[in-house]
Amino acid sequence: MSNPENVKNPPLLRVDDIVLSFGGIHAIKGVSFDIIKGEIRAVIGPNGAGKTAMLNVINGFYKPDSGSITFKGTTYSSVKPHTAASEGIARTFQNVALFHGMSTLDNIMTGRTLKMKTSLFWHLFHWGPAENEELANRAVVEEIIDFLEIQHIRHTPVGKLPFGLQKRVELGRALAAEPLMLLLDEPMSGMNVEEKEDMSRFILNANEQLGTTIVLIEHDMGVVMDLSDRIVVMDRGLKIADGIPEKIKTNKAVIDAYLGTTHQEHASA
Amino acid sequence: MFYNEVGQFKTSYRADQALFPIRQDLIALGVFLIFLYAVVPFTFNNFWLNTVVIPTLIFGVATIGLNILTGYAGQLSFGTGAFMGVGAYTAFKLTTYFPEINIVILILTSGVTSAAIGLFFGIPSLRIKGLYLAVATLAAQFFLEWVFIQMHWLNNYSESGAIVAPTRTLFGVAITGPSATASARYLVVLSIVVLLTWIAANLVRGRFGRSWRAVRDMDIAAELIGISLFGAKLRAFAVSSFYCGVSGAMLVFFLYGAAEPNVFDINRSFSILFMVIIGGLGSIYGSFLGAAFIWNLPIIIRLIPLALGLRVEPVYTEFLTSMIEGALIISVLIVEPRGFARLWQIAREKLRLWPFPY
Ligand SMILES: Nc1ncnc2c1ncn2[C@@H]1O[C@H](COP(=O)(O)OP(=O)(O)OP(=O)(O)O)[C@@H](O)[C@H]1O
Ligand SMILES: [Mg+2]
Repeated sequence: MSNPENVKNPPLLRVDDIVLSFGGIHAIKGVSFDIIKGEIRAVIGPNGAGKTAMLNVINGFYKPDSGSITFKGTTYSSVKPHTAASEGIARTFQNVALFHGMSTLDNIMTGRTLKMKTSLFWHLFHWGPAENEELANRAVVEEIIDFLEIQHIRHTPVGKLPFGLQKRVELGRALAAEPLMLLLDEPMSGMNVEEKEDMSRFILNANEQLGTTIVLIEHDMGVVMDLSDRIVVMDRGLKIADGIPEKIKTNKAVIDAYLGTTHQEHASA
Repeated sequence: MFYNEVGQFKTSYRADQALFPIRQDLIALGVFLIFLYAVVPFTFNNFWLNTVVIPTLIFGVATIGLNILTGYAGQLSFGTGAFMGVGAYTAFKLTTYFPEINIVILILTSGVTSAAIGLFFGIPSLRIKGLYLAVATLAAQFFLEWVFIQMHWLNNYSESGAIVAPTRTLFGVAITGPSATASARYLVVLSIVVLLTWIAANLVRGRFGRSWRAVRDMDIAAELIGISLFGAKLRAFAVSSFYCGVSGAMLVFFLYGAAEPNVFDINRSFSILFMVIIGGLGSIYGSFLGAAFIWNLPIIIRLIPLALGLRVEPVYTEFLTSMIEGALIISVLIVEPRGFARLWQIAREKLRLWPFPY
């Protein structure tokens, strides 16, 4: 790591030599990188590079074959999803994993699960501590709804929303947990330019105003270069480059990797 | 244009989170409750109370129970009948041992036993889902039925194998047993049902209800958000079985007066499941619509030819009932999986916008 800032700020998270395979498929073949508190860290690479798999390792959905994850100074050989969540890692999914039968409001309220503790007893009557807790959390959720400009769909079941809005609600649900670190898996896929601009603005605001550290997987190079502080490039399970956007743009290995594959978004454009 | 919310600004989240955010709904509910308490017991005759009203209320509670498990938490169960039976047998044993304790308290307590048994049989839900879990609950159904038949201690070694509700009183009035009047039984059932319905509505709108629906809609995302899947499922099994247990106990004590194990057989499980589907998965008031429909359909089919002066063999009315039930369940599942509750909601939304269609 040549970036002098790294020396000053110890990383919030570091993955070391992660190896992950499914039967005969080697999804990740020994990848290491770090994420500094407060930065926007992009992870890019062609389809099947192992980007999503890496996020799944970070928040405990996949258990790596070997390697380690160091978060807030503690080193784990693998993380449990619940631990990741309670330690402050939230995420969105490539294919949107909202609760389809629930309203926008309820989806985002569910994001506050770990902030809510009142016992079943009070909820039987929706009274006292239970009611106070619901109302206090509702107020926070309303702030997020305002922030994401989705007031008009507050009570709409999310299954009925267009994909772009669903992505926004999913971001809201992740933000509701007030995470230290937010993992975003292609938050702008399938969006038009305007929607991408909105989403970029929300991500930047979350990063700057709330201080959330962000890991961003994205295929739109314009967006990636604009938003991110540093970029990890993966290809076929390996890390092929790591650095600031200016360096990545001109990196030969990166250009080769992208030219050598037909890319999803390029192919469809 | 009286049915709208113009002028009722939701000044606070408290108002928006209320059970009935629209004032007209609250007024309608109040009127309905007054009707149920002040009019029904004095104007409905024994036939209506015993064949229509009381059973609809009692089965409505079991339907809420299964709806919490299946409609809200997404866990299919075929064990409803057995969990109802656990409640009935427990209440029977409890009142045998503690005749001086009020029967209403014992019936609610028997729901706790049922909850514990339901919790136990819900443990496989950690590992298996969907139809496989349903098969596991089927095993619970058959096992518990076998226990009801084989363990004669449960029916106090009665010769017929049936349990018989003894006479018990509330405020000096008989509410169970042969001397209890239909209106006395009705008022007690109504009060238990109102309380349990209100509690269910509270549960499903708060954090526990959200965790159930989250597990139902996308269990992976729920887990990554920090919801304990196992906890949420077990809680659903326990709460659901509590409702089923209380319903089963009420069935014996406030309606049938006596019951054999076959009251709680697999057919009961299916009939409650049909009530959930017809009424609407994930709806509390829909549970009563479903219970009312499935329970009363055969009665209506029997009564219509009678009213028209026709004589129809019972075989045919039974056949017709099954046909209509089956056809309706299939069409509800295909056309509107959220059942009658959803249809009612659509009608209400239309009413709210009336006379402007958009
Ligand atoms: N659950 C799984 N079972 C088997 N193989 C998997 C699984 N998850 C991922 N893989 C494989 O691991 C490799 C990396 O997949 P991954 O989803 O991480 O790619 P990606 O970089 O996110 O690609 P994309 O840009 O298309 O989302 C692929 O070859 C994929 O087929
Ligand atoms: Mg991916």
